[in-house]
Amino acid sequence: MFRRTTEIKGETVAIRFDGQRIVVPAGETVAAAVLANNSGHTRTSVVSGEARAPYCLMGTCFECLMEIDGIANRQACMTIVAEGMTINRQQGKREMPE
Amino acid sequence: METSDVIVVGGGLFGPATAYGLRQQGLDTVVLDDGDDVLRAARGNFGLVWVQSKGMGMHQYHAWSRESAHLYHDFTSELREFSGTDIAHRNDGGMHLLLGEAEREQRRREMDIMRQQAGADGFECEIIEREEAEKMMPGVRLGDDVVGASFSKHDGDVNPLKLLRAIHASFQHLGGRFRSDSRVENIRHDGSVFIAETKNCAFAAPKIVLACGHGITKLAPMVGLDTPIVPQRGQVLVTERAEPLLNMALGSVRQTDEGTVQIGNTEEDVEFDDGTTLSAGQAMARRAVQVFPQLAGLRLIRTWGCIRVLTPDKCAIYDESEEFPGAYVATSHSGVTLAAVNARHTAKWIATGETPPGFEEFSAKRFKTEGGHVSTHH
Repeated sequence: MFRRTTEIKGETVAIRFDGQRIVVPAGETVAAAVLANNSGHTRTSVVSGEARAPYCLMGTCFECLMEIDGIANRQACMTIVAEGMTINRQQGKREMPE
Repeated sequence: METSDVIVVGGGLFGPATAYGLRQQGLDTVVLDDGDDVLRAARGNFGLVWVQSKGMGMHQYHAWSRESAHLYHDFTSELREFSGTDIAHRNDGGMHLLLGEAEREQRRREMDIMRQQAGADGFECEIIEREEAEKMMPGVRLGDDVVGASFSKHDGDVNPLKLLRAIHASFQHLGGRFRSDSRVENIRHDGSVFIAETKNCAFAAPKIVLACGHGITKLAPMVGLDTPIVPQRGQVLVTERAEPLLNMALGSVRQTDEGTVQIGNTEEDVEFDDGTTLSAGQAMARRAVQVFPQLAGLRLIRTWGCIRVLTPDKCAIYDESEEFPGAYVATSHSGVTLAAVNARHTAKWIATGETPPGFEEFSAKRFKTEGGHVSTHH
Protein backbone atom coordinates (compact mmCIF):
# COMPACT_ATOMS: atom_id res chain seq x y z
CA MET A 1 0.00 0.00 0.00
CA PHE A 2 2.85 2.36 0.82
CA ARG A 3 6.17 2.67 -0.97
CA ARG A 4 9.11 4.95 -0.44
CA THR A 5 9.46 7.62 -3.14
CA THR A 6 13.21 7.71 -2.74
CA GLU A 7 15.72 4.99 -2.09
CA ILE A 8 17.10 4.69 1.42
CA LYS A 9 20.35 6.63 1.42
CA GLY A 10 22.63 7.70 4.22
CA GLU A 11 22.56 6.42 7.75
CA THR A 12 20.20 3.58 8.68
CA VAL A 13 19.15 1.87 11.90
CA ALA A 14 17.78 -1.62 12.51
CA ILE A 15 14.57 -1.94 14.52
CA ARG A 16 12.47 -4.94 15.42
CA PHE A 17 8.74 -4.88 14.70
CA ASP A 18 6.74 -7.78 16.13
CA GLY A 19 9.91 -9.85 15.98
CA GLN A 20 10.78 -8.88 12.38
CA ARG A 21 14.06 -7.02 11.76
CA ILE A 22 13.62 -3.94 9.57
CA VAL A 23 16.30 -1.54 8.37
CA VAL A 24 15.03 2.03 8.09
CA PRO A 25 16.50 5.50 7.57
CA ALA A 26 17.79 7.11 10.74
CA GLY A 27 15.75 10.11 11.85
CA GLU A 28 12.32 8.96 10.68
CA THR A 29 9.42 8.22 13.00
CA VAL A 30 8.32 4.80 14.11
CA ALA A 31 4.98 5.45 12.37
CA ALA A 32 6.70 6.16 9.04
CA ALA A 33 8.90 3.08 9.45
CA VAL A 34 6.02 0.66 10.08
CA LEU A 35 3.85 2.21 7.35
CA ALA A 36 6.68 1.95 4.80
CA ASN A 37 7.09 -1.68 5.82
CA ASN A 38 3.40 -2.28 4.98
CA SER A 39 2.92 -3.87 8.38
CA GLY A 40 -0.88 -3.63 8.41
CA HIS A 41 -2.51 -2.52 11.63
CA THR A 42 -0.42 -1.20 14.48
CA ARG A 43 -2.87 -1.55 17.36
CA THR A 44 -6.39 -2.64 18.25
CA SER A 45 -8.87 -0.10 19.59
CA VAL A 46 -9.27 0.03 23.37
CA VAL A 47 -13.00 0.54 22.92
CA SER A 48 -14.09 -1.71 20.04
CA GLY A 49 -11.10 -3.98 19.44
CA GLU A 50 -10.97 -2.83 15.80
CA ALA A 51 -7.66 -2.82 13.95
CA ARG A 52 -6.12 0.66 13.67
CA ALA A 53 -3.08 2.28 12.07
CA PRO A 54 -1.35 5.70 12.15
CA TYR A 55 -3.61 8.44 10.84
CA CYS A 56 -2.81 12.10 11.50
CA LEU A 57 0.97 11.65 11.78
CA MET A 58 1.24 14.85 13.83
CA GLY A 59 0.57 13.80 17.39
CA THR A 60 -3.10 14.64 17.58
CA CYS A 61 -5.29 11.59 16.94
CA PHE A 62 -3.62 8.90 19.10
CA GLU A 63 -4.44 6.25 16.48
CA CYS A 64 -0.76 5.23 16.27
CA LEU A 65 -0.27 4.07 19.85
CA MET A 66 2.23 1.19 20.03
CA GLU A 67 4.36 -0.62 22.55
CA ILE A 68 7.87 0.75 22.11
CA ASP A 69 10.77 -0.64 24.11
CA GLY A 70 8.36 -2.26 26.54
CA ILE A 71 6.23 0.81 27.19
CA ALA A 72 2.68 0.79 25.84
CA ASN A 73 0.59 3.74 24.62
CA ARG A 74 3.52 5.50 22.96
CA GLN A 75 2.73 7.67 19.96
CA ALA A 76 4.59 6.09 17.03
CA CYS A 77 4.33 9.30 15.01
CA MET A 78 6.08 11.29 17.75
CA THR A 79 8.86 8.78 18.35
CA ILE A 80 12.08 8.69 16.30
CA VAL A 81 13.50 5.25 15.47
CA ALA A 82 16.71 4.19 17.22
CA GLU A 83 19.13 1.32 16.73
CA GLY A 84 17.83 -1.84 18.37
CA MET A 85 14.40 -0.39 19.17
CA THR A 86 11.77 -3.05 19.86
CA ILE A 87 8.28 -2.22 18.63
CA ASN A 88 5.13 -4.25 19.08
CA ARG A 89 1.51 -3.87 18.07
CA GLN A 90 -0.56 -2.71 20.99
CA GLN A 91 -3.50 -4.94 21.83
CA GLY A 92 -6.28 -2.94 23.51
CA LYS A 93 -5.60 -0.98 26.65
CA ARG A 94 -2.22 -0.88 28.34
CA GLU A 95 -2.03 -2.62 31.66
CA MET A 96 -2.12 -0.57 34.81
CA PRO A 97 1.44 -0.33 36.17
CA GLU A 98 2.25 -2.71 39.03
CA MET B 1 -40.34 35.81 16.06
CA GLU B 2 -40.18 32.17 17.15
CA THR B 3 -42.79 31.18 19.73
CA SER B 4 -43.07 28.29 22.16
CA ASP B 5 -44.54 27.35 25.55
CA VAL B 6 -41.24 27.83 27.31
CA ILE B 7 -37.76 29.17 26.56
CA VAL B 8 -34.80 27.61 28.33
CA VAL B 9 -31.71 29.82 28.26
CA GLY B 10 -28.52 27.75 28.50
CA GLY B 11 -27.22 24.74 26.57
CA GLY B 12 -25.11 23.07 29.25
CA LEU B 13 -26.40 20.39 31.62
CA PHE B 14 -28.90 22.26 33.80
CA GLY B 15 -30.83 23.78 30.89
CA PRO B 16 -31.13 20.81 28.53
CA ALA B 17 -31.87 18.33 31.37
CA THR B 18 -34.75 20.56 32.45
CA ALA B 19 -35.81 21.16 28.84
CA TYR B 20 -35.85 17.40 28.19
CA GLY B 21 -38.20 17.01 31.18
CA LEU B 22 -40.37 19.88 29.91
CA ARG B 23 -40.79 18.03 26.59
CA GLN B 24 -41.88 14.96 28.52
CA GLN B 25 -44.42 17.19 30.30
CA GLY B 26 -45.73 18.09 26.85
CA LEU B 27 -44.49 21.67 26.66
CA ASP B 28 -43.24 23.06 23.36
CA THR B 29 -39.68 23.94 24.40
CA VAL B 30 -36.86 25.96 22.84
CA VAL B 31 -33.30 25.89 24.22
CA LEU B 32 -31.15 28.92 23.42
CA ASP B 33 -27.41 28.31 23.61
CA ASP B 34 -24.50 30.71 23.36
CA GLY B 35 -21.49 30.38 21.02
CA ASP B 36 -18.67 27.85 21.21
CA ASP B 37 -16.24 30.32 22.77
CA VAL B 38 -18.00 30.84 26.11
CA LEU B 39 -17.30 29.24 29.50
CA ARG B 40 -18.61 25.69 29.38
CA ALA B 41 -18.86 24.15 32.82
CA ALA B 42 -20.76 21.22 31.29
CA ARG B 43 -17.72 20.24 29.21
CA GLY B 44 -15.05 20.42 31.89
CA ASN B 45 -16.46 18.57 34.85
CA PHE B 46 -15.51 15.40 36.66
CA GLY B 47 -18.52 13.19 35.95
CA LEU B 48 -19.44 12.24 39.50
CA VAL B 49 -23.00 11.60 40.62
CA TRP B 50 -22.03 12.57 44.12
CA VAL B 51 -24.11 12.67 47.27
CA GLN B 52 -21.96 12.10 50.38
CA SER B 53 -20.54 15.60 50.74
CA LYS B 54 -23.41 17.60 49.27
CA GLY B 55 -25.51 19.91 51.39
CA MET B 56 -23.35 20.87 54.35
CA GLY B 57 -25.60 23.33 56.20
CA MET B 58 -28.65 22.51 54.08
CA HIS B 59 -30.02 19.00 54.31
CA GLN B 60 -32.63 19.74 51.67
CA TYR B 61 -29.84 19.96 49.10
CA HIS B 62 -28.38 16.67 50.32
CA ALA B 63 -31.77 14.99 49.94
CA TRP B 64 -32.24 16.57 46.50
CA SER B 65 -28.86 15.17 45.34
CA ARG B 66 -29.71 11.75 46.78
CA GLU B 67 -33.08 11.79 45.01
CA SER B 68 -31.29 12.55 41.75
CA ALA B 69 -28.86 9.67 42.30
CA HIS B 70 -31.86 7.35 42.69
CA LEU B 71 -33.60 8.74 39.60
CA TYR B 72 -30.43 8.14 37.56
CA HIS B 73 -31.28 4.48 36.93
CA ASP B 74 -34.48 5.28 35.01
CA PHE B 75 -32.91 8.40 33.52
CA THR B 76 -30.03 6.34 32.08
CA SER B 77 -32.45 3.87 30.46
CA GLU B 78 -34.57 6.67 28.99
CA LEU B 79 -31.54 8.41 27.53
CA ARG B 80 -30.34 5.15 26.00
CA GLU B 81 -33.74 4.57 24.45
CA PHE B 82 -34.11 8.08 23.02
CA SER B 83 -30.52 8.84 22.01
CA GLY B 84 -28.88 5.43 21.56
CA THR B 85 -26.09 6.62 23.87
CA ASP B 86 -25.03 4.70 26.95
CA ILE B 87 -23.85 7.26 29.51
CA ALA B 88 -21.82 4.64 31.45
CA HIS B 89 -23.69 5.18 34.71
CA ARG B 90 -22.25 3.34 37.72
CA ASN B 91 -23.87 3.29 41.11
CA ASP B 92 -21.74 0.89 43.11
CA GLY B 93 -21.13 3.44 45.84
CA GLY B 94 -18.36 6.00 46.10
CA MET B 95 -15.36 6.55 48.30
CA HIS B 96 -13.40 9.57 49.34
CA LEU B 97 -10.01 8.21 50.38
CA LEU B 98 -8.44 9.82 53.43
CA LEU B 99 -4.74 10.54 53.91
CA GLY B 100 -3.63 10.65 57.54
CA GLU B 101 -5.45 11.04 60.83
CA ALA B 102 -6.10 14.75 60.40
CA GLU B 103 -8.14 14.17 57.25
CA ARG B 104 -10.06 11.35 58.89
CA GLU B 105 -10.94 13.53 61.89
CA GLN B 106 -11.98 16.41 59.66
CA ARG B 107 -14.21 14.14 57.58
CA ARG B 108 -15.72 12.61 60.71
CA ARG B 109 -16.60 16.08 62.02
CA GLU B 110 -18.26 17.04 58.73
CA MET B 111 -20.24 13.81 58.71
CA ASP B 112 -21.42 14.39 62.30
CA ILE B 113 -22.82 17.77 61.30
CA MET B 114 -24.54 16.32 58.26
CA ARG B 115 -26.01 13.43 60.24
CA GLN B 116 -27.33 15.87 62.83
CA GLN B 117 -28.91 18.22 60.28
CA ALA B 118 -30.50 15.26 58.45
CA GLY B 119 -32.45 14.18 61.55
CA ALA B 120 -34.98 11.45 60.85
CA ASP B 121 -34.42 11.68 57.09
CA GLY B 122 -31.07 10.02 57.60
CA PHE B 123 -27.54 10.49 56.31
CA GLU B 124 -26.01 7.35 54.90
CA CYS B 125 -22.25 7.66 54.81
CA GLU B 126 -19.67 5.89 56.93
CA ILE B 127 -15.97 5.97 57.61
CA ILE B 128 -14.43 2.66 56.62
CA GLU B 129 -10.99 1.34 57.47
CA ARG B 130 -8.18 1.05 54.97
CA GLU B 131 -8.52 -2.75 54.81
CA GLU B 132 -12.21 -2.47 53.93
CA ALA B 133 -11.46 0.08 51.23
CA GLU B 134 -8.88 -2.28 49.74
CA LYS B 135 -11.40 -5.11 49.70
CA MET B 136 -13.78 -2.99 47.64
CA MET B 137 -11.16 -2.49 44.93
CA PRO B 138 -9.52 -5.84 44.19
CA GLY B 139 -6.06 -5.54 42.63
CA VAL B 140 -5.58 -1.94 43.72
CA ARG B 141 -2.60 -1.09 45.93
CA LEU B 142 -3.34 1.78 48.31
CA GLY B 143 -0.59 4.15 49.40
CA ASP B 144 0.90 3.82 52.90
CA ASP B 145 -0.67 7.10 54.05
CA VAL B 146 -4.24 6.03 53.29
CA VAL B 147 -5.95 5.49 56.64
CA GLY B 148 -9.46 4.82 55.35
CA ALA B 149 -12.28 6.36 53.39
CA SER B 150 -15.72 7.83 53.70
CA PHE B 151 -18.10 5.58 51.80
CA SER B 152 -21.63 6.19 50.60
CA LYS B 153 -23.72 3.68 48.71
CA HIS B 154 -25.56 6.52 46.98
CA ASP B 155 -22.54 7.77 45.05
CA GLY B 156 -21.68 6.89 41.48
CA ASP B 157 -20.48 8.39 38.24
CA VAL B 158 -21.18 8.75 34.52
CA ASN B 159 -19.25 9.66 31.40
CA PRO B 160 -20.09 13.40 31.49
CA LEU B 161 -19.53 14.07 27.78
CA LYS B 162 -21.77 11.17 26.79
CA LEU B 163 -24.34 12.46 29.30
CA LEU B 164 -24.30 15.91 27.71
CA ARG B 165 -24.66 14.44 24.25
CA ALA B 166 -27.40 12.00 25.29
CA ILE B 167 -29.48 14.73 26.94
CA HIS B 168 -29.23 17.01 23.91
CA ALA B 169 -30.09 14.18 21.51
CA SER B 170 -33.00 12.95 23.66
CA PHE B 171 -34.45 16.45 23.95
CA GLN B 172 -34.39 16.86 20.18
CA HIS B 173 -35.65 13.31 19.65
CA LEU B 174 -38.73 14.32 21.64
CA GLY B 175 -39.29 17.33 19.39
CA GLY B 176 -37.44 19.95 21.42
CA ARG B 177 -35.89 22.78 19.46
CA PHE B 178 -32.24 23.69 20.06
CA ARG B 179 -30.81 26.99 18.81
CA SER B 180 -27.03 27.30 18.95
CA ASP B 181 -25.07 30.56 18.66
CA SER B 182 -28.12 32.31 20.10
CA ARG B 183 -26.85 34.35 23.02
CA VAL B 184 -29.72 36.14 24.77
CA GLU B 185 -28.87 39.84 24.89
CA ASN B 186 -32.09 41.09 26.42
CA ILE B 187 -35.30 39.82 28.00
CA ARG B 188 -38.49 41.84 28.27
CA HIS B 189 -42.09 41.13 29.19
CA ASP B 190 -44.80 42.57 26.96
CA GLY B 191 -47.68 41.94 29.36
CA SER B 192 -48.40 38.38 28.26
CA VAL B 193 -45.16 36.74 27.14
CA PHE B 194 -41.42 37.02 27.71
CA ILE B 195 -39.42 38.08 24.69
CA ALA B 196 -35.79 36.93 24.57
CA GLU B 197 -33.75 38.81 22.00
CA THR B 198 -30.67 37.34 20.33
CA LYS B 199 -28.57 39.04 17.67
CA ASN B 200 -30.56 37.48 14.83
CA CYS B 201 -33.96 36.59 16.15
CA ALA B 202 -36.47 37.08 18.97
CA PHE B 203 -38.13 34.24 20.89
CA ALA B 204 -41.43 34.57 22.73
CA ALA B 205 -42.98 32.33 25.38
CA PRO B 206 -45.13 32.70 28.51
CA LYS B 207 -42.39 30.99 30.53
CA ILE B 208 -38.64 31.43 30.55
CA VAL B 209 -36.00 29.48 32.49
CA LEU B 210 -32.54 30.91 33.11
CA ALA B 211 -30.07 28.04 33.33
CA CYS B 212 -27.08 29.62 31.63
CA GLY B 213 -24.43 29.48 34.35
CA HIS B 214 -22.58 32.74 34.77
CA GLY B 215 -24.77 34.23 32.04
CA ILE B 216 -27.46 34.36 34.72
CA THR B 217 -25.76 37.33 36.39
CA LYS B 218 -26.64 39.59 33.46
CA LEU B 219 -30.08 38.19 32.64
CA ALA B 220 -31.65 37.55 36.07
CA PRO B 221 -32.19 41.26 36.95
CA MET B 222 -34.14 41.69 33.67
CA VAL B 223 -36.86 39.43 35.07
CA GLY B 224 -36.70 40.64 38.68
CA LEU B 225 -34.50 37.85 40.01
CA ASP B 226 -31.49 38.30 42.28
CA THR B 227 -29.19 35.27 41.84
CA PRO B 228 -25.80 35.48 43.56
CA ILE B 229 -23.22 33.24 41.90
CA VAL B 230 -19.44 33.42 41.84
CA PRO B 231 -16.83 31.79 39.61
CA GLN B 232 -14.50 29.13 40.98
CA ARG B 233 -11.88 27.35 38.93
CA GLY B 234 -11.34 23.60 39.02
CA GLN B 235 -8.36 22.03 37.27
CA VAL B 236 -8.26 18.43 36.11
CA LEU B 237 -5.49 16.10 34.93
CA VAL B 238 -6.18 13.23 32.55
CA THR B 239 -3.96 10.20 31.96
CA GLU B 240 -3.58 7.86 29.02
CA ARG B 241 -6.01 4.95 28.83
CA ALA B 242 -5.20 1.86 30.82
CA GLU B 243 -6.94 -1.38 31.80
CA PRO B 244 -9.83 -0.71 34.20
CA LEU B 245 -8.68 -1.06 37.78
CA LEU B 246 -10.46 1.59 39.82
CA ASN B 247 -13.85 -0.06 39.67
CA MET B 248 -15.94 2.47 41.59
CA ALA B 249 -16.60 6.19 41.82
CA LEU B 250 -13.92 8.01 43.79
CA GLY B 251 -13.91 11.55 45.09
CA SER B 252 -10.84 13.01 43.43
CA VAL B 253 -9.35 10.24 41.28
CA ARG B 254 -11.58 8.18 39.04
CA GLN B 255 -11.12 5.94 36.05
CA THR B 256 -13.62 6.41 33.26
CA ASP B 257 -15.43 3.67 31.37
CA GLU B 258 -12.90 4.12 28.57
CA GLY B 259 -9.84 3.67 30.78
CA THR B 260 -8.52 7.19 31.30
CA VAL B 261 -7.87 8.27 34.87
CA GLN B 262 -9.19 11.70 35.76
CA ILE B 263 -7.42 13.44 38.61
CA GLY B 264 -8.93 16.46 40.29
CA ASN B 265 -9.47 18.94 41.38
CA THR B 266 -8.82 22.41 42.62
CA GLU B 267 -11.02 25.12 44.12
CA GLU B 268 -9.49 28.42 43.08
CA ASP B 269 -10.71 31.99 43.15
CA VAL B 270 -9.25 33.43 39.93
CA GLU B 271 -12.31 35.19 38.50
CA PHE B 272 -12.98 33.87 34.99
CA ASP B 273 -9.46 32.66 34.14
CA ASP B 274 -9.93 29.06 32.97
CA GLY B 275 -6.22 28.38 32.44
CA THR B 276 -4.04 25.78 34.12
CA THR B 277 -1.04 26.08 36.44
CA LEU B 278 1.91 23.77 36.96
CA SER B 279 1.75 24.11 40.74
CA ALA B 280 -1.88 22.93 40.89
CA GLY B 281 -1.10 20.07 38.53
CA GLN B 282 1.82 19.00 40.70
CA ALA B 283 -0.26 19.08 43.87
CA MET B 284 -3.07 17.03 42.31
CA ALA B 285 -0.66 14.48 40.82
CA ARG B 286 1.23 14.18 44.12
CA ARG B 287 -1.92 13.42 46.06
CA ALA B 288 -3.16 10.96 43.42
CA VAL B 289 0.09 9.01 43.60
CA GLN B 290 0.05 9.14 47.39
CA VAL B 291 -3.36 7.44 47.28
CA PHE B 292 -2.70 5.10 44.33
CA PRO B 293 1.09 4.57 43.85
CA GLN B 294 0.44 2.65 40.60
CA LEU B 295 -0.63 5.88 38.90
CA ALA B 296 2.99 7.09 38.97
CA GLY B 297 3.66 4.86 35.93
CA LEU B 298 0.90 6.43 33.80
CA ARG B 299 1.47 9.38 31.50
CA LEU B 300 -0.65 12.50 31.65
CA ILE B 301 -2.03 13.50 28.28
CA ARG B 302 -4.22 16.48 29.08
CA THR B 303 -5.00 19.10 31.67
CA TRP B 304 -7.64 21.77 31.72
CA GLY B 305 -9.24 24.41 33.85
CA CYS B 306 -12.96 25.03 34.01
CA ILE B 307 -15.06 27.62 35.81
CA ARG B 308 -17.66 26.36 38.28
CA VAL B 309 -20.93 28.15 38.84
CA LEU B 310 -20.89 28.47 42.60
CA THR B 311 -23.58 29.79 44.90
CA PRO B 312 -22.48 31.30 48.25
CA ASP B 313 -23.35 28.12 50.18
CA LYS B 314 -22.53 25.70 47.31
CA CYS B 315 -26.17 24.52 47.28
CA ALA B 316 -28.46 24.93 44.29
CA ILE B 317 -30.70 27.92 43.62
CA TYR B 318 -34.19 27.43 42.17
CA ASP B 319 -36.40 30.51 42.10
CA GLU B 320 -39.48 31.89 40.41
CA SER B 321 -39.65 35.64 40.02
CA GLU B 322 -42.25 37.38 42.19
CA GLU B 323 -42.23 40.44 39.97
CA PHE B 324 -42.54 38.41 36.74
CA PRO B 325 -44.20 35.04 37.47
CA GLY B 326 -43.25 32.56 34.76
CA ALA B 327 -39.59 33.55 34.91
CA TYR B 328 -37.43 30.95 36.63
CA VAL B 329 -33.80 30.47 37.49
CA ALA B 330 -32.07 27.13 38.12
CA THR B 331 -28.37 26.82 38.87
CA SER B 332 -25.72 24.89 40.76
CA HIS B 333 -22.20 23.62 40.12
CA SER B 334 -23.55 20.05 40.23
CA GLY B 335 -25.00 19.80 36.74
CA VAL B 336 -24.12 16.12 36.40
CA THR B 337 -25.43 14.96 39.79
CA LEU B 338 -28.65 16.95 39.42
CA ALA B 339 -29.42 16.15 35.77
CA ALA B 340 -31.87 13.37 36.64
CA VAL B 341 -33.77 15.36 39.27
CA ASN B 342 -33.87 18.39 36.98
CA ALA B 343 -35.37 16.26 34.19
CA ARG B 344 -38.05 15.03 36.58
CA HIS B 345 -38.89 17.40 39.44
CA THR B 346 -37.51 20.73 38.20
CA ALA B 347 -39.34 20.30 34.88
CA LYS B 348 -42.55 19.42 36.73
CA TRP B 349 -42.20 22.53 38.91
CA ILE B 350 -41.91 24.76 35.84
CA ALA B 351 -44.64 22.96 33.89
CA THR B 352 -47.24 22.61 36.68
CA GLY B 353 -46.10 24.61 39.71
CA GLU B 354 -46.04 21.39 41.72
CA THR B 355 -43.02 21.14 44.01
CA PRO B 356 -41.62 18.48 46.33
CA PRO B 357 -41.81 19.28 50.08
CA GLY B 358 -39.16 21.77 51.19
CA PHE B 359 -38.40 22.95 47.65
CA GLU B 360 -38.84 26.61 48.65
CA GLU B 361 -35.59 26.33 50.64
CA PHE B 362 -33.74 26.54 47.32
CA SER B 363 -34.78 30.17 46.82
CA ALA B 364 -31.96 32.72 46.76
CA LYS B 365 -33.90 34.55 49.48
CA ARG B 366 -31.77 32.53 51.91
CA PHE B 367 -28.85 34.85 51.12
CA LYS B 368 -30.69 38.09 51.88
CA THR B 369 -29.01 40.14 54.56
CA GLU B 370 -30.85 42.64 56.77
CA GLY B 371 -30.44 45.41 54.21
CA GLY B 372 -32.38 43.30 51.73
CA HIS B 373 -29.40 42.72 49.49
CA VAL B 374 -28.09 39.36 48.50
CA SER B 375 -24.58 38.68 49.72
CA THR B 376 -22.10 36.79 47.59
CA HIS B 377 -19.66 36.27 50.45
CA HIS B 378 -19.13 32.73 51.64
